[in-house]
Amino acid sequence: MGLYDFLAQYWPRLLSGAGITVAQFLLAAALGVAISLCMGLMKLSQNALLRGAAVTYIEIFRGTSLVVQLYWIFFVLPLFGLTIEKFTAGYLAVGMNIGAYGAELVRGGILSVPKGQWEAALAINMSPAQRMRRIILPQALVNMLPPWGNLMIELLKGTALVSLISVADLMFEARQINSSTFLSAQVFGAALLIYYVLARFLVTPFMRWLERHMARKLGRT
Amino acid sequence: MLDKTGFPLEMTGEDTPMVSFRKVRKSYGALTVLDDLDLDVSAGEMVSIIGPSGSGKTTVLRMLMTLERINGGVIYVDGKPLSHMPKGGQLVPANERHLRSRRADIGMCFQHFNLFPHMTALENCMEGPVQVLGLSKAEARDRSEELLEMVGMISKKDQHPSRLSGGQQQRVAIARALAMRPKVMLFDEVTSALDPEVIGEVTNVIRQLVSEHNLTMLMVTHQMGFARDISDRVCFFYGGRIEEQGPPAELFGNPQRERTQQFLSAVREAV
Amino acid sequence: MFDWKWDFTWEILPRLVYATGNTLIAAGAGYVIAVVLGLMLALAQRTPSRALTFTVREFVEFIRSTPLILQIFFVFYVGPQFGVRLSPWMSGMIAIGLHYACYLSEVYRGGIESVPKGQWEAAIALNMTTAQKYRRVIIPQAIPPALAGMGNYLVGIFKDTPMLSVIGVAELIHTANAIGSENYRFLEPYTMVGIIFLAISLPAAGLIRLFEGYVRRKLGL
Repeated sequence: MGLYDFLAQYWPRLLSGAGITVAQFLLAAALGVAISLCMGLMKLSQNALLRGAAVTYIEIFRGTSLVVQLYWIFFVLPLFGLTIEKFTAGYLAVGMNIGAYGAELVRGGILSVPKGQWEAALAINMSPAQRMRRIILPQALVNMLPPWGNLMIELLKGTALVSLISVADLMFEARQINSSTFLSAQVFGAALLIYYVLARFLVTPFMRWLERHMARKLGRT
Repeated sequence: MLDKTGFPLEMTGEDTPMVSFRKVRKSYGALTVLDDLDLDVSAGEMVSIIGPSGSGKTTVLRMLMTLERINGGVIYVDGKPLSHMPKGGQLVPANERHLRSRRADIGMCFQHFNLFPHMTALENCMEGPVQVLGLSKAEARDRSEELLEMVGMISKKDQHPSRLSGGQQQRVAIARALAMRPKVMLFDEVTSALDPEVIGEVTNVIRQLVSEHNLTMLMVTHQMGFARDISDRVCFFYGGRIEEQGPPAELFGNPQRERTQQFLSAVREAV
Repeated sequence: MFDWKWDFTWEILPRLVYATGNTLIAAGAGYVIAVVLGLMLALAQRTPSRALTFTVREFVEFIRSTPLILQIFFVFYVGPQFGVRLSPWMSGMIAIGLHYACYLSEVYRGGIESVPKGQWEAAIALNMTTAQKYRRVIIPQAIPPALAGMGNYLVGIFKDTPMLSVIGVAELIHTANAIGSENYRFLEPYTMVGIIFLAISLPAAGLIRLFEGYVRRKLGL
């Protein structure tokens, strides 16, 4: 069966799978950004307890594999009475994993802001919170956006693993179709193309737009 | 009333200086940068600080701006302790809250301007008044535009710092500091990072401040001519101490100490 | 922990240790493929042929933008459709080696581009052949800046080996799955797998940093 005929027959399932993939991506991205900010700031904190918590979180999530984290959240947490529905467990695991990598980007971004900016903010008597929020973070954000673009692609790819706990995303649908039709080249080829289109024509252009937009706000052109 | 170590909890009286360093010591590890510094600056006085690099002159300003903690002694601003706060009849090192309340009296301009790159010139000036002083946007705008007018930057008020020359950025930085209505202004080598042809536009603004406003000012500078023109007093720092100080005509015209003479002749040769 | 059974943990430990061996072999073999193939992909983008450069560039982009797990399925299932049967190990090594070859080609490219232009000119002035230029002058200088990236991807490939479980490679997660479903206990196997991953990847990351410093010193940088 040619790719065209194949798509004509199976597009609704691939489309619904892609929809779940996009939903997982967006939820995990929101969670990942929030965790990154939180852990990145904690790792820079004066408080040793907060710093220790952040280091532990980051090392655990970066030191183990996303598959392991996903299984642990989905299969082991219920043993502690914390049963999480598979769709939620999916983006939770992916988001928490990406959050650990993002935390390092946030930390690096904040450290990349010149010391003079802290001093100037102090000289107009801003509180530590105001300095961070009004002066440092906006500049740190611009500096760290390019590596966030790569991280977002990693995040999109990471969502394919939620199929392992039977979330009906694009990867899952592709496997299902494959096992009932054995049209492997067509179905996996089509899925590869869809992921590629999502990454290359949606995620990357959006991140580039965001970079340009933020750079304009900084008056850099 | 005196603290048990002999420092007053508050300085009162007619002749209370605006800024007072009392036996201030600053060291980084084993390296002593400032040694038992005593320096009083009266209200409305313009004091220039000169000296070779590493003499501790920039540290004086940075301690006054609370960018550096001090290791001994007490700094007073407008009669009240800045580096310390009174607690149970004693002076204890200031906490962040005390620093914030006292910092309001002080403004500073930096060698590298340190304008906020994500804000326009006007937004840079409005940031402190709105966020810190709690002024309405309209009030802060009026105040900031007036100051930008004064420093000759009103036509560039909607430009980001990246679009401004060094001299223009420094003038905006001066307006930003003034917008907080400080009693004391600190200028830390504000012309050192500038191209020679734009130094004048910044020094002219400072001249104008001296002649038209009753601000107390401390200035670290390498421009001896400028310091001589506008200062009420010049302090020559050497090795973490004030080696010699006096009215500019005397210090430049008839320096008493050998180190001052050496420094001044070395500077003259360089020009 | 409430329900942790130590005797069960000891009982399954030998199987997990054995599987750790497989995981390390998979990561090591995959990395060797990636290191060699990645260099070829990097050099292919430096030939005078614009068509070849463009094709390789797009191929690398494609592989990097799509999920590894999908590529593993693709390699494993598409072969038989055309009469080529590949073992799980073989398909896994091809997929993971190719995936990381693309990442490493970018690392090499960055390294090669960091060599100053004057070095090329000096090599030409000595009348070296192209092969000599690369082997004697350029690559030795391109390696130090590439080392950090190469180290990161070595740990990365190790953490991605659990994806090979989906086609039946008996690495750690595959073994943990088997233990879990035989005994209806998931807490110990999955937790132990997480700990094993941490116990290997954290020291490995540290060692890689030490090695990096050693090479830099050795080369007088």
